[in-house]
Amino acid sequence: MSKHEITTIIGLEVHVQLKTKTKLFCSCSAAFGAPPNTQVCPVCLGLPGALPVMNEEAIELAIRAGLAINCSIPPMTKWDRKQYFYPDLPKGYQISQFDLPICADGYLEITDPEDPDSIRHIGIIRAHLEEDAGKSMHDEQTGKSDTRIDLNRCGTPLLEIVSQPDLRSAAEVKEYLTQLKLILTHLDVSDCEMQEGSLRVDANVNLHIRFDGKKIATPIVEVKNMNSFRAVERALEYEIERQYADWEVDGLTIEDNPKTTRGWDDVKERTFVQREKEESADYRYFPDPDLLPIRIPAERVEELRQSLGELPRETFARLQSQHGLKPYDADVIVNQGPAMIAYYERVSELSGDAKRASSWIQQDVMRTLKDRDVSIDDFLVTSVQLGELLKRVSDGQLDNTRARDVFSYLLEKESTVEQAIAALGIEQVDSSEIDALCQALLDANPAVVDDVRGGKVQAVGSLIGQAKKKNPNANPQQVRETLLRLIGK
Amino acid sequence: MSLTADDVRRLALLARLELTDEEVDAIGPQVTKILGFVEQLALLDTEDVEPMTTALDLDNRWRADELVPSLTNEQALQNAPAKDDSCFLVPPVLGTAASKSSH
Ligand SMILES: [Zn+2]
Repeated sequence: MSKHEITTIIGLEVHVQLKTKTKLFCSCSAAFGAPPNTQVCPVCLGLPGALPVMNEEAIELAIRAGLAINCSIPPMTKWDRKQYFYPDLPKGYQISQFDLPICADGYLEITDPEDPDSIRHIGIIRAHLEEDAGKSMHDEQTGKSDTRIDLNRCGTPLLEIVSQPDLRSAAEVKEYLTQLKLILTHLDVSDCEMQEGSLRVDANVNLHIRFDGKKIATPIVEVKNMNSFRAVERALEYEIERQYADWEVDGLTIEDNPKTTRGWDDVKERTFVQREKEESADYRYFPDPDLLPIRIPAERVEELRQSLGELPRETFARLQSQHGLKPYDADVIVNQGPAMIAYYERVSELSGDAKRASSWIQQDVMRTLKDRDVSIDDFLVTSVQLGELLKRVSDGQLDNTRARDVFSYLLEKESTVEQAIAALGIEQVDSSEIDALCQALLDANPAVVDDVRGGKVQAVGSLIGQAKKKNPNANPQQVRETLLRLIGK
Repeated sequence: MSLTADDVRRLALLARLELTDEEVDAIGPQVTKILGFVEQLALLDTEDVEPMTTALDLDNRWRADELVPSLTNEQALQNAPAKDDSCFLVPPVLGTAASKSSH
């Protein structure tokens, strides 16, 4: 796109809703989807005299999340008020964390999209807890009727995770979000569903352009309103192109206009200006006098660290070192989540063939899950069945085609692998039988014999098909070898 | 430190207070005085003093993540100046705290 050397600079602010039963500072339900204003109390309505009390679970989930993204957990953290006047935040301020966040200074490892064999470290500045605001429903038609306010979401716990501006492309952003979601869903800290708003992404992006031997920075744009991973990727791809094109025309740099806000329009596939100049944000933070500081003993942090178990990135490494999988294959399996990892490991163990297990799961199992829209937990072929089936393939008792027949049978009927094999009439054919079958075919097709002797080895292919028709249990590989042996090649 | 009339107007805007010019003139010196009073704290040497986060000698007060019944919808809306069958009503507004809060 460009005549100049460009570095793309992207930093992300990700809000995830923590999976607590109740809100951050009151005992109302934090569940999504209830009728409007049925999960509210004096605290979340901001009624005079109501006092917040911290939810211990939210603090634990935040620490678990922080540890999993390699943050340190400072010994003391506190709450601050951030002032806003919006009807969906009835107190007139949001309880957040300003100078002493609960998690600080971490990083996330991602696979470099440019080179699947290398790893990039994306710095994380901080992760802090805060309460969510309610929901405003505007009159979209005329814009004149009153705005309706639902305060159910008001006070639900959010963890805001702020990355360093270390991301260099839309593809890296997608990978970062994928990894983050994988970790947080694995730990059951958050559902991370962008559609439901339990994961929200704002991206700060600009370009560093080499020009006349100098480095020029374009104005920083904060991109909002992205409702899926795909939208994030497309919005950033668009924004990178747009910033370069605009700079070529107007030459504006970060000195002319430090920061603007743009929204992503998913239908028109472009970003549009929301706020031209960042209104000098003046949130007038101050420590919330209603809440006490939190002190987390180092021993408690260690306990929580121990409770994390194996994280997706560690599984990814282990599937390569221990199971000999390629990074790509390990990545596909790990990305499916803990249930699929467990399924794979069982199949791999029982079949004694990690690579066959991986390839069957990526092709046959995952395709079927997608076609039937079911999850691995409800899958009809258990890991024990698939493990047993693949063991037979490895032992040479079944060829891949016949194994697929058994797999399809198990998908339709409840039965053991043994029963399926019997029901399909699959039996091992002994080699004398194969010899006889092949000899008969060669006798009937002298032209093929001549072709093979003349060097066209692939000519036996047509006979393998015929053999399979005469005896479906004949192993194609074995037939091929036998034919060539009998021809004397 | 002395506050200008513009400083006072900006503070008033942030606090959503509507002030007349006369009020701005009257309040300016008063707020300046308050700031001057508080500024005396800057005279103290706080080099080795741990920042204070609360006047209480307590921390770690929290509750278990257990549901307690909320208000009913009728109770929640009971004192609202404007409402419909399930929501609070406010004059048409631009933007929301939720979209701002991702700062
Ligand atoms: Zn409440």
